[in-house]
Amino acid sequence: MTSNTRREVQAAMIALLVSVAIGSLLALGVGVSPGKMWWEMLERTASDPYLFGQVLYKATGLALCGLAVALALDAGLFNIGAEGQITAGVLVCATVGAALPDATPAILAIPLCLAAAAAGGGAVGGLIGVLRAKRGAHEVITSIMLNAIIAGVALWVGNAVLFRGGTTRGDAIVAGAELPELGLGGSSANTSLVLAALAVIALAWVRSRTTWGHAWRAVGRDPAAARSVGISVARVQTLVMTASGALAGLAAANFVMGHKHAFEEGLGRNTGFLGISVALLGRSHPFGVAIAALVIGFLSQGGLAVGDFVPKELTEMLQGVVVLAVAGASVWIKRQPEPGR
Amino acid sequence: MTSKVVDTAVPALAIEAAVSKHYGPNASLADAKIIVRPGTVHALVGENGAGKSTLVKILAGVVRADAGAGTLVVDGKPVELATWDRRAARAAGIGIVQQHGSSAGTLSVVENAVLGTEPARGPLVVLGETATKLRELGDRIGLPVDPFARTEDLPLGAAQRAEIVAALYHGASILILDEPTAVLAPVEVTGLLETLRRLASEGKTIIIVTHKLDEVHTVADDVTVLRAGATVATMGNGEPLEVAAIARAMVGEDLPPGTPLEPPPASAPSMLVVTALTVPGALADVSVTVRRGELVGVAGVDGNGQRELALAIAGLVKSSGAVRIGDRDVARDSPARRLAAGLAHVPEDRLHGGLVLDATVAENLALNRRDVTGRWQINRAAVRVNAVKRIAELDIRPADSDAIARQLSGGNQQKVVVARELSRPNLRAVVASQPTRGVDLGAVSKIHARLRGAAKSGAGVLVISADLDELLALCHRIVVLLRGKLVGEVGGEALRGANAREQIGLMMTGGVPGTAGTSVPAESAPATAPERAP
Repeated sequence: MTSNTRREVQAAMIALLVSVAIGSLLALGVGVSPGKMWWEMLERTASDPYLFGQVLYKATGLALCGLAVALALDAGLFNIGAEGQITAGVLVCATVGAALPDATPAILAIPLCLAAAAAGGGAVGGLIGVLRAKRGAHEVITSIMLNAIIAGVALWVGNAVLFRGGTTRGDAIVAGAELPELGLGGSSANTSLVLAALAVIALAWVRSRTTWGHAWRAVGRDPAAARSVGISVARVQTLVMTASGALAGLAAANFVMGHKHAFEEGLGRNTGFLGISVALLGRSHPFGVAIAALVIGFLSQGGLAVGDFVPKELTEMLQGVVVLAVAGASVWIKRQPEPGR
Repeated sequence: MTSKVVDTAVPALAIEAAVSKHYGPNASLADAKIIVRPGTVHALVGENGAGKSTLVKILAGVVRADAGAGTLVVDGKPVELATWDRRAARAAGIGIVQQHGSSAGTLSVVENAVLGTEPARGPLVVLGETATKLRELGDRIGLPVDPFARTEDLPLGAAQRAEIVAALYHGASILILDEPTAVLAPVEVTGLLETLRRLASEGKTIIIVTHKLDEVHTVADDVTVLRAGATVATMGNGEPLEVAAIARAMVGEDLPPGTPLEPPPASAPSMLVVTALTVPGALADVSVTVRRGELVGVAGVDGNGQRELALAIAGLVKSSGAVRIGDRDVARDSPARRLAAGLAHVPEDRLHGGLVLDATVAENLALNRRDVTGRWQINRAAVRVNAVKRIAELDIRPADSDAIARQLSGGNQQKVVVARELSRPNLRAVVASQPTRGVDLGAVSKIHARLRGAAKSGAGVLVISADLDELLALCHRIVVLLRGKLVGEVGGEALRGANAREQIGLMMTGGVPGTAGTSVPAESAPATAPERAP
């Protein structure tokens, strides 16, 4: 496995270097010194606890979502429906959190709300998985459709039931379900960061050390081989998409339980799509995803940090550049001659 | 069935070639020679992978031969191989109907016929005249076509007719057909062969690729036999064709049968019982029993249902009929439950279905093998121990359990698959599909030894192979698959007999109706042979 790992790391590093190079060119194009741009992004984010906390807050959601996409990719499925799964998780988590009795203790409220978030996202992911496994409907198509449907449903449910007094915010969840903030300069970073870290470690372990992990990776690498040794490809696809949706749904812990404490229209928006970049940059490995989440989180927050002299559009473009660079690096890695053979 | 001469305006053309073709380092053709007399039907025969298609594609300019080696002479004029392409071949009067068709499905028959050379009036394509000519030509030669039918809506036989008529419409005087009967029903085959004879009597030169010897006997004047990319025999040239000699030349006689295991006693219990197994469109009513300690071979030219037979036994395609492994009826069971019942399945293609190429040798050797890995958590020490054991058992090289499967040679990849499958616990039945295809000789003997070992230790082993030498070396009994049906069986003394190979070769190619254990008269000719033109 070592030579494979090395190639994966190479691909990610190349992608990052290319992104930095293109970002520098873009900066030159708008008359900003690249050196100054990168230095200020790093320096300001590192020295200001608030900015640093915001990077962690963004990275938390991105990591959970990146894990979701990476898990599916590992099994040969492209889950671009994380966006909808997050929304479903947020909606169910906030609704359950708000419906609990006020006095519910944290030890009960937190697991319940986490389960609700996972169930919301998992239901959506599971539906995509079943459609793929039983009906052969391509998961990319169904997840695009479901993204649109869920966005509509969430807004409709919000307007009809949840939103209070002309706002786009629902009832607050009970105090027991709130995850404490980390207290980094008043930033939104919260203890769901620990949840994300645990998820990274757990997925890495399941993936490499259990028969389950080996089964889903066999399906991802060669479904025909998996079938011939008796692995049910349909079952693996269904379960993996359910688990993937559940991981995306868990991002609600960060947005609802750790930060907003209520359902809000648009909460967590775009995390699902950025999560795809995170999974690709992280080369579908949980540890890679964790690092990629920090990188993308940094790029998106760092852009704001240097907003006084770098146009916002430029730093937004950088995130797209990263994805393109990752795709390019994958091609480059594939072209490398195989040793032996 | 009398041939009538309708059109003698075009003089018949002769063709003469000696060409080579390499794909990468592998020779597909090594100085293959063919000499076709004008106005004859010339059959090009050989087993799968012998290079038949490559040769005719070179003649027709579809594939370019190796430059600098070989010659091609059309109608007495040598041509430059380096610039011989489809356009040049067409101009020289060579038409080809390829094995899988080459028409654009969404276009009509007439649109396909004029593709690239559309007759036009100003900016408008004019099809009416061509359509009329196609219809007339088709009716005249006995291959009726509907010029305005969409090609993809046509049955395969009709689409093929349309291609033949289009080739003739373009003035082909040498018509090449690559396995034209593969897609046809028996009655259509008879009609097509009659037409080919008639065309030859009208002065066309026909080259037909086939591996069905009954067709050769029916239609051909001359025969060229290819084996492993080289011409091993040419027959005819005025002499009558001898089907048995062609069969012998096709399958080869270079290797003597090996010494197989002692056959099991008649009392040995059956370990794999397949009854009336049917896969729609591929396999019809196949029944075969393999007893404990027995090696049974399934012979046949590729594409006669072998693949489906293995997949159906393993539960990987939908099928009807019964499959019993040991004492258990598994016909309704998932692939996993069949494996648990004591089946091992070596799939036909190690690259698609046998191995996870990006995983390590150790991972592949333990792929979904919970008896090795443990139920939930992977026991990594056990996976390593298992890998070391299997690597030693079959001498897998490199002897590195962490090597990525993709980096192994084909022979060693195949050893990994065989090692994993045959090391299953409580093994009862083995289905090995093409176990040594594309594998070097050293690996072949290791794999054969392992298959014998499985039989010796009590399993029933079914070996499906297009390589007759392999089956003769390994098996106690050989059954023959042709067009999805078992057409014969050779076992016991008959299998050791001098003409076993020839007999099986004839069954494989439909040269004779198979009869169990009996010897076959070589001159058994199909009754439908049309009259030959003088």
